[in-house]
Amino acid sequence: MAELLKVQGLTKRFGPLTAVDRISFSVAKGEVLGFLGPNGAGKSTTMKMVTGFLTPTEGTAHVAGFDVVEHPIEVKKRIGYLPEGAPLYGDMTVYGLLGFIAEIRGFNGAEKKRRVEEAIEKVNLAEVSFQPVETLSKGFKRRVGLAQSILHDPELLILDEPTDGLDPNQKHEVRELLKSMAPNKAIVISTHILEEVDAICTRAMIIARGRILIDGKPAELRAKSQRQNLDDVFRAITVPA
Amino acid sequence: MRNTLIILKRELAAYFATPIAYVFLVIFLAAIGAFTFYLGNFFSRGQANLEPFFTFHPWLYLFLIPAIGMRLWSEERKSGTIELLMTLPVSTFHVVFGKFLAAWIFTAIALILTFPIWITVNYLGEPDNGVVFASYVGSWLMSGAFLALVSCLSALTKNQVVAFIIGAAVSFLFLMAGLDIVLGSFRVWAPDFLVEIIASLSFLTNFTAITKGVIDLRNVIFFLSMIGIFLFTNTVIVDLKKTV
Repeated sequence: MAELLKVQGLTKRFGPLTAVDRISFSVAKGEVLGFLGPNGAGKSTTMKMVTGFLTPTEGTAHVAGFDVVEHPIEVKKRIGYLPEGAPLYGDMTVYGLLGFIAEIRGFNGAEKKRRVEEAIEKVNLAEVSFQPVETLSKGFKRRVGLAQSILHDPELLILDEPTDGLDPNQKHEVRELLKSMAPNKAIVISTHILEEVDAICTRAMIIARGRILIDGKPAELRAKSQRQNLDDVFRAITVPA
Repeated sequence: MRNTLIILKRELAAYFATPIAYVFLVIFLAAIGAFTFYLGNFFSRGQANLEPFFTFHPWLYLFLIPAIGMRLWSEERKSGTIELLMTLPVSTFHVVFGKFLAAWIFTAIALILTFPIWITVNYLGEPDNGVVFASYVGSWLMSGAFLALVSCLSALTKNQVVAFIIGAAVSFLFLMAGLDIVLGSFRVWAPDFLVEIIASLSFLTNFTAITKGVIDLRNVIFFLSMIGIFLFTNTVIVDLKKTV
């Protein structure tokens, strides 16, 4: 298995608080890794370090062999990232925003147009493509964020709560989309929704207080509870005794 | 450079996609007109030059430049879009430079739109258009130095109001650095050479020299190096924020 993402001893301290504490793991092509954990567990901070937005206090991550601390640009070229809350430039139209991202990603002319339109089609944004982003509903905004992350067909997708704010139909569509892309990519998603892990993840990790508590297949996780229930497992390990 | 241009294009469009551009242009043109004709006594002084017009540029810049510059980084941080931007494959300096250039081009547009005053003075008399041109260049260079300073300060905070106030206050210090209001507080304790260095950092002194009609290379280099220093500091601040 080719490791696309390799995280080694990743640590982030904010003053006296250790948000991420010596985390190590790797993700191979074809894997969909689900990050689970209570709020403040360090999921988003880990993603921010892997994508080069925050500099790790210690440790590093490699993406396709490139060190994020040493070669951030090479790493960023290979990642599609949906940040927490899907921040977007509200004054731009969907089409304009995706065009901007496409240009920065190195696409011009017909290729840029093709990429933008393909992304719009994949996440069903056609009906709003000429509206300013700030006028869109939460669900649409999230999908614009998703569209900008997949536009350059990255090897590694890092999605921070990709289905947050979507209605059940939209959630289903996004999951189908991720599943269809999964064989050719490595995908890391964070989520609060445990059913999502069953629906799309090939592997799940439970993180709390900056550490990995469990790393395994969804079925293995479930086996840890008598009722075969992920919620029970989640509560059992993350609620301090 | 390609990335800088893409950022520039987006930022410049953002000014015109929001009311900022129009509000700024209207207020700038109205204020500069009022100052020139009423405070500057453009007509009654009976001289064919634009001195009363350019005299007020530094004072207008003092609060109008922070108004266009304050959003450059604060807004990105507040809305979280900085995370989208800084995880794209671009270097920090390219983004800093692109954002600065967009704002600087915007002030150029504002300056160009003051052309009716230039037409007026040419209609009424025979001004030295060389001096007028030099003054325009000087004014634009000074606006660039103010903008780079404000952009740098806006990277420190996610609050645009704080960025505006600190931007205006620090701009004031640089503008007045050659005058007693600033120098007085240094003379009491600092050695003479330091006082002279601070005095030479004055935007006002450097701008006034250019408006005399001679584009002295020293004044041009002064403003360009100010821009360079502030943009470099801006880049360092943006990068440092990643480690906190």
